[in-house]
Amino acid sequence: MWEYTDKVKDHFMHPRNVGELKDANAVGETGSLNCGDALKLFLKVDENERIVDASFMTFGCASAVASSSALTEIIKGMTLDEAAKVTNGDIADYLGGLPKEKMHCSVMGKSALQKAIADYRGIQIMEKPGEMVCECFEVTDLEIIDAVKANGLETTEDVTNYLKAGGGCGKCLDRIEEVIASVKAEG
Amino acid sequence: MNVIYTDNNATTRVADEVIEEMLPFFGGFYGNPSSMHTFGDRVGKKIRQARQKVADLIHADPDEIIFTSCGTESDNSAVFSALNARPDKKRIITSNVEHPAILNLFKFLRDKKGYDVVLVPVDKKGDLDLDLLYDSLSDDTAIVSMMWANNETGVIFPIPEIAEKVTEKGILFHTDAVQAAGKIPIDVRAAHVDMLSLSGHKIHAPKGIGVLYVKKGMKFFPYLIGGHQEKGRRGGTENTVSIIGLGKACELAEQHLPIMNTQVKELRDYLQNKLLEKIPGVSVNGDLENRLPNTLSIGFDAVEGESILLMLDKEGICASSGSACTSGSLDPSHVLMAMEVPFKSAHGTIRFSLSHYNTKEEMDHIVKTMVSAIETLRAMSPFWKDGKLV
Repeated sequence: MWEYTDKVKDHFMHPRNVGELKDANAVGETGSLNCGDALKLFLKVDENERIVDASFMTFGCASAVASSSALTEIIKGMTLDEAAKVTNGDIADYLGGLPKEKMHCSVMGKSALQKAIADYRGIQIMEKPGEMVCECFEVTDLEIIDAVKANGLETTEDVTNYLKAGGGCGKCLDRIEEVIASVKAEG
Repeated sequence: MNVIYTDNNATTRVADEVIEEMLPFFGGFYGNPSSMHTFGDRVGKKIRQARQKVADLIHADPDEIIFTSCGTESDNSAVFSALNARPDKKRIITSNVEHPAILNLFKFLRDKKGYDVVLVPVDKKGDLDLDLLYDSLSDDTAIVSMMWANNETGVIFPIPEIAEKVTEKGILFHTDAVQAAGKIPIDVRAAHVDMLSLSGHKIHAPKGIGVLYVKKGMKFFPYLIGGHQEKGRRGGTENTVSIIGLGKACELAEQHLPIMNTQVKELRDYLQNKLLEKIPGVSVNGDLENRLPNTLSIGFDAVEGESILLMLDKEGICASSGSACTSGSLDPSHVLMAMEVPFKSAHGTIRFSLSHYNTKEEMDHIVKTMVSAIETLRAMSPFWKDGKLV
């Protein structure tokens, strides 16, 4: 059984801000049924680019639900510029930490948030820039490089914990190792 | 809070009768069964009785029973013995839905030892592709190992038929019967199996005791090399207390077999039908006509297994999931993937596995809890809208 903090359990059993936000003017979606988790984030942003309301719909495990719930609490009241600086580590910290195997749930929160911000600003996020590394979970080398740098990841296992990459068929594990090595080589 | 235990394919409650049988041997009767004194032989005698009871459950001779530490040790011992007995043969065959004790061993033998491993696939109902299995039997084949019943879905493989076809070609046959024992009748003699694995804790004995049946006359190479215990086939001082408990558990398993296939099966069917009736978007995994009587693998569209389990857990209900999130791996279980269960329900699959300790009241409580859990989770799922999958 996972060792979830009381805060994670609380946010899972009593999630905040669940459901579709009827007057949302920004939406960010990430994940899929196949992946085993997905998050749809709704924002209501006022004319000063301040997030006045946020809600979510999540398919996934307890930590995915808790991360989504925490995210909505964190970003309410922030400006979009402030929200853009929220990291997956902030989400995990807000919950008193996540088991390392579940860090990808916090990454999912950050990803949905970035997409919602881009949606509001009318910026087209290029679908998946970079070279596809993990076919099972559709993770590119650029995403891996970002996560390795941001979180100081050392091993393929770390990358799987944060991005799920390599957690399916395992065919890409060698390639992930190369990407980690390239980041290390850059210093 | 009362515990409702429906995770009996994971482990079972140690029967009160088993505990009673074992207790004296934790205390005053600590002798070594191999000793030449009467004090030690009080334990020795109980072990001989236990060996007889284990043999009776599977219609074997006591001499054919080797006590091990667990099902995994039994599986490993059987396979390594076969490879030692047939050192010039390089093909080994199993299914792609085996327990990790076999599947990971075969992958190790393939990747590190160069064996030609055939993983026989199953169809969408979880039934084995028998034609492919029979076609892959070659002169170069050392062993075929096939589970008798699947731990996740309860699907039963036709072991007597397979064993006959395999052994008539002179190929060794092993079956992992850990899930089948105590749930369906097992007759090693009628089924032509050379080796068979059992585990104590799946049949109301304690954890840490297993059995390997090895057919009389078959050359056996020990896995644990040591003293004369188990007639030199498994070194190490016997786990006396657990062996004595296992003997009692096998006696009880034999007695409970009819109940398993009436009362327990009816409870399982009741649970299954109520869940199907009360919750939309639900599918049962596995061959419904060819399943262990106690097992229900059931998938709920658009929700994830771990979340369901935690909601059940809050009500004291113990079950397990076929999804990954519980094990650390991220794909649905290899069994559900092999059966091509669609992702929409594979991630939301729950396994309930019953025992004769369960009651109808417990099933009603599970149904009530499931209805509310699925409703709550679907209300927050982006893939469920207006009563259906989107």
